[in-house]
Amino acid sequence: MSDEIDQSKRHFLTVATVVVGAIGVCVTAVPFVTSMNPSAKALALGGPTDIDYGKIEPGAMIKAVWRNKPVWVVQRGQAVLAELPKNDSLLRDPDSEEPQQPAYAKNGWRSIKPDLFVVVGICTHLGCSPLYVPQPGNPSVGPTWPGGFHCPCHGSLYDLAGRVFKNVPAPLNLPVPRHRYVNDKVIRIGEDPVDSHSTWTEPLVW
Amino acid sequence: MSNEEPKLKRDYLDVTGGWLHGLREWIDARFPMSSTWKKHVAEYYAPKNFNFWYFFGSIALLILVNQILTGIFLAMNYQPSAAGAFASVEYIMRDVNWGWLLRYMHSVGASLFFVVVYLHMFRGVMYGSFKKPRELIWILGVLIYVALMAEAFMGYLLPWGQMSYWGANVILSLFGAIPGIGNTIETWIKGDFGVSGITLNRFFALHVVAVPLVILGLVLFHLIALHEVGSNNPDGVEIKKHKDPATGIPLDGIPFHPYYTMKDICGVIVFIAIFSAIIFFAPGMHGLFLEPSNFEPANPLKTPPDIHPLWYFGPYYAILRSIPNKDLGALALLVAIVILFFLPWLDRNPVKSIRYRGPLYRWVLVLFAVTFLVLGYIGMQLATLFWAEIGQRLSELYFLFFVAAWVYSRSRSRVFLVSTFVVVMLIISLLDWMSWVPSIAHLKMWSWLIPFGYCVIFLLWPAAMPRLMQPKPVPERVRTKARHGTQAGVTAE
Repeated sequence: MSDEIDQSKRHFLTVATVVVGAIGVCVTAVPFVTSMNPSAKALALGGPTDIDYGKIEPGAMIKAVWRNKPVWVVQRGQAVLAELPKNDSLLRDPDSEEPQQPAYAKNGWRSIKPDLFVVVGICTHLGCSPLYVPQPGNPSVGPTWPGGFHCPCHGSLYDLAGRVFKNVPAPLNLPVPRHRYVNDKVIRIGEDPVDSHSTWTEPLVW
Repeated sequence: MSNEEPKLKRDYLDVTGGWLHGLREWIDARFPMSSTWKKHVAEYYAPKNFNFWYFFGSIALLILVNQILTGIFLAMNYQPSAAGAFASVEYIMRDVNWGWLLRYMHSVGASLFFVVVYLHMFRGVMYGSFKKPRELIWILGVLIYVALMAEAFMGYLLPWGQMSYWGANVILSLFGAIPGIGNTIETWIKGDFGVSGITLNRFFALHVVAVPLVILGLVLFHLIALHEVGSNNPDGVEIKKHKDPATGIPLDGIPFHPYYTMKDICGVIVFIAIFSAIIFFAPGMHGLFLEPSNFEPANPLKTPPDIHPLWYFGPYYAILRSIPNKDLGALALLVAIVILFFLPWLDRNPVKSIRYRGPLYRWVLVLFAVTFLVLGYIGMQLATLFWAEIGQRLSELYFLFFVAAWVYSRSRSRVFLVSTFVVVMLIISLLDWMSWVPSIAHLKMWSWLIPFGYCVIFLLWPAAMPRLMQPKPVPERVRTKARHGTQAGVTAE
């Protein structure tokens, strides 16, 4: 063997060691990083949940927790439903073009049954929970207020179909979760109606 | 160790005269104890003209020790779970011996940490301590500041009160604004579909282990970098330029120990007096250090009527919500912090200290500090149209400081100043036009005068009077009271 150092061999070995080492570090990082994703238990607890709406009165709201988020069921009267189209010109997305709801809730009132509105009560701006202010002209919002949801954090406004008004910080309509009517008393949140065959993916902003 | 050194001086540490001296030599042969002490303390030569503003570095270090010490003892009784967290904090407050004191030392310490760090950073900007060759000290300092914000944010979730819970929801939902992968990242950080006990548990781990280790490492690097290039001073002159030819010691330098250790102890005593007064008489600082709605347990169904972060995030929160668009607001918040890293390359004026900068730079800096304070105030107010509008204007002034610092880097021609004025005002007017709302047109037109006035004073005025940007001659050596005004070696720059 000669005493001369083979520089190109040494360089190759150095680079090869660094590359293999770097790959090793990246692969080792996978279990650490992945461990922070929702656990099997968290995913299971995020499964469907039932809400009993049997005793809801006109104008009332039921609040439930699903996936650590408030889910609202609002009973809207015929008068409210008749007023909804009048807001269209003031809204950012009056026809619900953004995928903030399943296909079966993409209609003028954003729900399966027109009078029962099911929605995740989290503002699409920065995640506060808006207030339910159904009275038109309520002084806490303003004299021109048609009734809806008002976020106290940064002043975002939604109408009674959870559609966002123009010129507020929130970019999107309130998200409507997957839901179906199990019977005339129970709504199941997190499941599509049996006949819907929905290929809907969850909304961008919860 | 040289034999010529007088024994008295060599043994200043050695009070027992005998065996302790031997122990020191035994260690020094195995570990660089004495040489490290000398290099970083006893023979670290700092400029002799340090003033009041130089207290805050050592006080920040003291608070860091306070936070770690009280934090360890709080962790002995705290339970990081959604079911137990709120009750365990009340348990610490009511049942643990002296638990209330440990907790108030920790919570008041957190707020005072930011007071001291903001003053320390302002000192750095005022005397040009971020400029060559101290850019890395500045960058490491801003990294410490960012790590400190993360530490404070995660610590604030731990009491699991209403403000903890909803504050975390608001700030974490900012990650959802990242295009494409935002929601995946948000869920990954939370470890659940929403902020839950899982989030709380991991924030506890990060708050007590991961981030403190990062902060300690960064503080060490910050000090090593400082001692490598030497301290700046209120005159902004390099003391290493003038050394005693015989000893190699800077003529305007004095050893950190005992001179500045003694001085810093004076500052520490005053600080501890203030710290104690707050702990014992106003630990919640009337809702500023501990918010009233955080004494109510977290409730995922109900947002508090007025939600805002703790005061030290106020300015950034005001910038975030002054922009009526989620993505752009989050972007402005990010840029407002990241721009600090680039200060050494924005303000390239060779004159470091504010003492010798032109008159306009002084006012632009004072106005920046005022803007930051008022933005902090706005961040704590309800989001009304008026405050959102003023917040938007002051956010513009926040960013305009960095424009002005760049413009004042050297003397500029009239054409340059006027065209900068035109470009800046065009951008601001364009932003107004894009977010035009007829219902607040009057307010918008009125408030437009704020950035307009700022640009007239700081960009147009120097075009008419160039001496407003002209720096004063910088002295060659540091000025002390004895030599003040009769400085011989003044150079005209």
